[in-house]
Parts: sequence; C-alpha cells; structure tokens
Amino acid sequence: MRGRSLDRAFQALALLVLCLALAALGALMVDLWRDGAGRLSWDFLTGFPSRRPENAGIWHALTGSVVVIVVTAALAVPIGVGAAIYLEEYGTRSVTARLIEINIANLAAVPSIIYGLLGLGLFVRALAMGRSVLAGASTLALLVLPVIILSTREALRAVPPSIREGSYALGATKWQTVWHQVLPVATPGILTGAILALSRAIGETAPLITVGALTFVAFAPDGLSSPFTVLPIQIFNWVSRPQPEFQVNAAAAILVLLALLLTLNAAAIWLRDRSQQTLR
Amino acid sequence: MIPKIRAHGLSFYYGAVRALDDISVEIPPNLVTAFIGPSGCGKSTFLRTLNRMNDIIAGTRVEGRVLIDEADIYGPGVDVVALRRRVGMVFQKSNPFPKSIFDNVAYGLRVNDMAGSRPELAGRVEASLRQAALWDEVKDRLHESALALSGGQQQRLCIARALAVRPEILLMDEPASALDPIATQRIEELVYELKKSYTIVIVTHNMQQAARVSDYTAFFWLGRLAEYGRTDKIFTNPAEKLTEDYVTGRFG
Repeated sequence: MRGRSLDRAFQALALLVLCLALAALGALMVDLWRDGAGRLSWDFLTGFPSRRPENAGIWHALTGSVVVIVVTAALAVPIGVGAAIYLEEYGTRSVTARLIEINIANLAAVPSIIYGLLGLGLFVRALAMGRSVLAGASTLALLVLPVIILSTREALRAVPPSIREGSYALGATKWQTVWHQVLPVATPGILTGAILALSRAIGETAPLITVGALTFVAFAPDGLSSPFTVLPIQIFNWVSRPQPEFQVNAAAAILVLLALLLTLNAAAIWLRDRSQQTLR
Repeated sequence: MIPKIRAHGLSFYYGAVRALDDISVEIPPNLVTAFIGPSGCGKSTFLRTLNRMNDIIAGTRVEGRVLIDEADIYGPGVDVVALRRRVGMVFQKSNPFPKSIFDNVAYGLRVNDMAGSRPELAGRVEASLRQAALWDEVKDRLHESALALSGGQQQRLCIARALAVRPEILLMDEPASALDPIATQRIEELVYELKKSYTIVIVTHNMQQAARVSDYTAFFWLGRLAEYGRTDKIFTNPAEKLTEDYVTGRFG
C-alpha cells in the first residue's frame, strides 16, 4: 500500500519536472516567435549584413554555419569512429589504454573556449590556415571528437557479444567481424551520437570567435580557405547592438538557428530509423 | 582408430580461477561425443578451447595441449582464423546475424573467400540449408530477415551457416536447450545425419539427449573429467559412483 502511494508520488514528481522543462522551452519559443517571426522573410534569409537593420540578412551566416558543420562532420566523424573502433575492439586493457580513456572523458568536459585557444595556436598560426572555414571546422572537430568517441564506444559495446562470437566461429577475422557485423548493428547508435555532437557544435560561439570567425562578413564562404561567420556569432553581434530593430533581427536569426538544429535532429532520427529497418 | 581431437593435460584459467584441471581425452572421428555435467563444471569452457573461442575473452590462459589431427592448435604460428573455419560452432542461444537468411549462410563463405561466382554461391547456400533440413521451409523467403524465423529454425540456420564453410568438426553448445520438444527432436535427427560427415561434440544438460544422440560421453565434475567412455557404458554401467549418481538423476 505504502509502496504504491510512493510510486504515485514519484510518478507525479517526474511529470512535474518534465512539465517545468518543457514550459521553459515553450516560453523561450513563444517569446522568440513573438519578437522575431514578423522579421522572417525570403529577403532576410538571403540578405547580407547591413548597417540598416531592415536591410540586414543572414545568408552569409547561414551558409557559414552549414559549410562549417559539414566540414566538421567530415573531419570528426571518421576520426572519432575510427578511434572508438580501435579503443573498443583492438585496444588492450593496459594502463595506457585506461589513461587514454580517462583523458577522453576529461576532454569532453573541457570548456569550449579552451578549444578555441588551441585552434588559434595550432590551426590558425602553426598550421597557417588563417581565419578560414577549415581552421574553424578543425577546431569544432576537436571539440566534438571526444563526444563522438565516447558515444561510438557505447554503441559498439551495445552490440551483443553473440554476434561477434558467431562471426569469429565462422573463421572471420577481427576486421571482417567489425566491418560486416559489428558496425552495421552499431550504426544507428553511432549516428545518433554523432548528430547530437554536431548539434552542439552548430551552436558554439566562443571557440569560433577565438579562431577569428568575423563578426561582420558581407559574403557567403566560397571555399575551405574563405573567411566566414556563423549564425551564433551573427546573433551575438546583433544582440550587442543598441538599436531595438537589431534585437528583432537576432530573434529571427535564433528562430532560423533552431530550425536548422531541428532539421539536423530530424535527419538523425530518420537515418537511425532507416538503418534499423534494414536490419530487422 | 586415430582420434580426431586429443586433449592432453589441458588446464584453463579465467584470471586466477582454474576452470579446467588437467583434462586428457581422445575424441574419435565421425562420431558424436557428448559432454555432460552440472552447470559450471567446465564442459562449455572445454568445448570452447577446441576452436580457441576463449581467446577473445580477456585474461584467460591455457596450459597443456589440444591436438586436432595430431597438430597442436595452441602451438606457435597457428592461424586461429583458419582453425575456426575447420572447427565450426553452434551456440546455446541461436545467434543469427541481423541479415537475410541467404546472407547468414553466405557470410562464412564470403569471409573465407569461398563464395565463388553468384550461381556457385547460391548453390552452396542451398546445399547447406538442405543439409540442415531447413531448405523447404525457407526457399521462398531467402532474402527475408533471419530474425523472423522461429527459434528452432534460427538454430538450424546457425547449423547451416556453420556447415557452409565445410568444417571437419562441429561443436554444439547446448544447441537445443532453448527449444521446444519438437524442434529439439529435429536438431537431434540432424545430429544423427551429420555425424556421417563430421566429428560432432555436443554439450548438453539433458541426460536423455546425451543417451539418444551420442556414441561417447564425457562426464565433467568441478572442472575435471570424471569419467569418459562409450555412452551405453556410462549410462548403464559407469565405473564411478559419482557418474552413476549423476546420470540416474540423484543430483544435478
């Protein structure tokens, strides 16, 4: 009897917490929508920055964000998945392996500005990439790498041992087992982890400011070595202006950023469901 | 008769725990040998030393020798991958790959470069499924998921998969323990058919099953080989009191 009322109480508490979280998100969305929705238009999406708020657009920042995130993914996903496969499937349980493991977990918690400083020193200066898309994407790739490695390892670990054993028992090598059996089963989990990591990267501002993403760019990026800016930086820039019209622009740009994020997450869910279907 | 498998003074350790203690046994070719004994007695562990499946568990160690066709499989320079192709294995819980029925059987052929041309591959897959008495049930849905099959069919698919790479020895780790009596009977009939071409070692908890399908029986007790001999002798006139108590169901 007591167990049951406790159970009910806990259920109610959980529901309350969920509602609070959703309410906070809802309030934010409503507020943004009221401020920014009126400003959303084709001209706003395809326009370039301007001193006059009613002429300003976000095409440069939107394309910047998309290009940077695509390059980040192209760098971080193969390296991260490869590192995870090595650690999980090939690495031994030695002291060095454990040290590496602890370090990766710690790296995932390092503030992003630190990665920005590293990116400035390593990519912009030492490797002479300059204030380019490549330098920014490389920095973001470093930032999300630990998260991708950790989530990929989780996904690999979740593959039932019986599948590996079945493969080994047929005379498959380690690599054949990983490539043909383990990776296909782990793909949905790997994709989910990678997309969540990239979702984090797309909202980052601090490390990109440090590596020199510009706050005023009047053109869309036209290559890996092109200077660039991204949506969060444009938003940051507009919010810090005194004119209230720029605040409206910022709200509208946040809506666009949110839409981009939701699209990315939706793509993740679609990809995950699709790869699960081919398995069943 | 030259034994197909010969274990000599074999001990096995999980870390510091000794799971097998000085096992010596000779397993004859083209017959069925059953391993019986209570849970945790080492019979599955011993089975898994015969295709070095325990190698993939970290922190394990083997002492002694296992000879297959008189060659030590734990000797230096032994190709474990090639060994596992020669010594097939069917597991307690059927573990089809999350792929089509066809791809499950074709996988072993592909990874061992035995696939050949498309029609050759299809022929090998069909032959293996026929050998495992599964062909008639699946021939119209070869490209559907293997996970849609019933438990008994999945286990026969795993047998077909193991047979496809033409092993010499088939290790079966309680292959029918999760199946209903009818599916179990089909597996047992299959074992009887297969021993014409393969040396079969089967671990079982089921005393009647051991008596029905096997020619030789090994009784394991606390990591040791308590008694080994012809199945009829083990079940009707065992040398050890312990064996008699176990096979008559006084414990275990």
